Amino acid sequence: MTTLPVLLVPRPLPQRRAGELPKGLFGGGLLAAVLAAFMISILAADARAAIGNAASSDVLPILLKWSPLVLHGFLFNLLVSVLSMAIGTALGLWLGLGRVSHFPWLRRAASTVIQFFRNAPWLVLLFYCMFLLPFSITLPFATVPLPDTAKAVIGLSLPVMANVAEIVRGGVQSIPMEQWESGEALAFSRSQILWMVILPQCLRRMIPPWMNLYAILTMSTPLISVVGIQDSMTLARAALVAEGRTDLFIPMYLMLLSWFFLYCYPIARWTTALERRFQVRI
Amino acid sequence: MSQDALVVLSQVEKRFGALVVLRDISFSVARGKTVCIIGPSGSGKSTLLRCVNALVPVSSGSIVIDGIKVNDPALDKIALRRKVGMVFQQYNLFPHRTALQNVMMAPIHVLKQDRHEVEERARRLLAKVGLADKERAYPGELSGGQQQRVAIARSLAMNPLVMLFDEVTAALDPETKKEVLITIRELAEDGMTCMIVTHEMGFAREVADHVYFTEKGVIVEHGPPRELLLNPREERTRAFLNQVL
Repeated sequence: MTTLPVLLVPRPLPQRRAGELPKGLFGGGLLAAVLAAFMISILAADARAAIGNAASSDVLPILLKWSPLVLHGFLFNLLVSVLSMAIGTALGLWLGLGRVSHFPWLRRAASTVIQFFRNAPWLVLLFYCMFLLPFSITLPFATVPLPDTAKAVIGLSLPVMANVAEIVRGGVQSIPMEQWESGEALAFSRSQILWMVILPQCLRRMIPPWMNLYAILTMSTPLISVVGIQDSMTLARAALVAEGRTDLFIPMYLMLLSWFFLYCYPIARWTTALERRFQVRI
Repeated sequence: MSQDALVVLSQVEKRFGALVVLRDISFSVARGKTVCIIGPSGSGKSTLLRCVNALVPVSSGSIVIDGIKVNDPALDKIALRRKVGMVFQQYNLFPHRTALQNVMMAPIHVLKQDRHEVEERARRLLAKVGLADKERAYPGELSGGQQQRVAIARSLAMNPLVMLFDEVTAALDPETKKEVLITIRELAEDGMTCMIVTHEMGFAREVADHVYFTEKGVIVEHGPPRELLLNPREERTRAFLNQVL
């Protein structure tokens, strides 16, 4: 017998208190799958070692031996992601406000910048920053060196900036025009309305896409290994070269992958939870 | 025309492209008086109010409020809007601020008045509109009528010379309508100069000193409420009143 969905009694949405995180932030199933893949790859590598002539023992001790080094690199990736996000957000806020400005020329200029950096491949931007930015910047009072890491952070913050600007634009434009009007009728200036009426209201709507962007940025940080910066990818590769064993490839990279996953997946889950909550509230 | 005219409109015209929304509107509102503007939808009533506080620029003609020329290209809009309060059909309270904060914001940040002084005045105003117990409520927690009364208090907190009401009860049910209309009537009786766009004929008759009937952007007829609403001279006014009453 078929049941028409329209005839079903509507079920109430699961209620959750404000601020409470969803149960199982790690979404049991997916996490188990990643860990299982990791374990299977270790067992498979062991099995191959046992059958073949490889003299060595288990894969797990080798991974454990190298993991502090790779973890160090991983933490460096996170540092780069935080710095890029901070710079990109600070710049993107102003760029986004320029995009909704009253001055047509400012709007057009901001729009051009946003479109350019949103539609350029991240790796290409990274290369440009590595090769076009100088080694040091000479200021009137001092010469500030610009290490490769700083260049990489700048390179990653550019696309972040453009995406944050789009989030800000979307947020500001999602507030009804009547809010502007009633602010104007109360003799507020345009910038007072923006900072005191409009932005506080769209902050809540901007946080989920902003967190989403951060997760994407974090997963993109291994790109810096391509331009010669020692991050987790570089160190994992170095460890593999040092061991000289091809059967370590899959477990090693799966280990790194699962760290990124453990870091980014809760952010994604949290984002979804926030989105759902804000949807109900608004 | 009264000697003490606070708002003077002469030959105001407003066009949106080829569409003429207001044509040759001339009248004045004396200090302390209340005028009601009635007429079918789309007759330009709301646009007229928006021209008065420069939310919408006029195409030609002049509007003068307490010596400020609204149609002056070098108009200081902020200075004008300090003198002109406006209440909207959709209340337009700031949803992220409580009722009390909504009332306090503009005096503190625009008039730069002392916070404690403003807070005291805001409490008094909320009490005046019958919402003394709702000062901590957010707009989303208030009924339409309550929100509209907060909006009136918010506007009054600026101590305006004239208040504009743009169909402020159109979105309300009959019960809550009454609370808002009583609030406005008390204001008018206290001597506030009011320009009211409304579809409530009974209210217009009670509260107005003078009523203007507009249609298709022109003033068809005007007069004291009893005369205009009970014995209209123009055929069009009669037809409109027959439809709404």
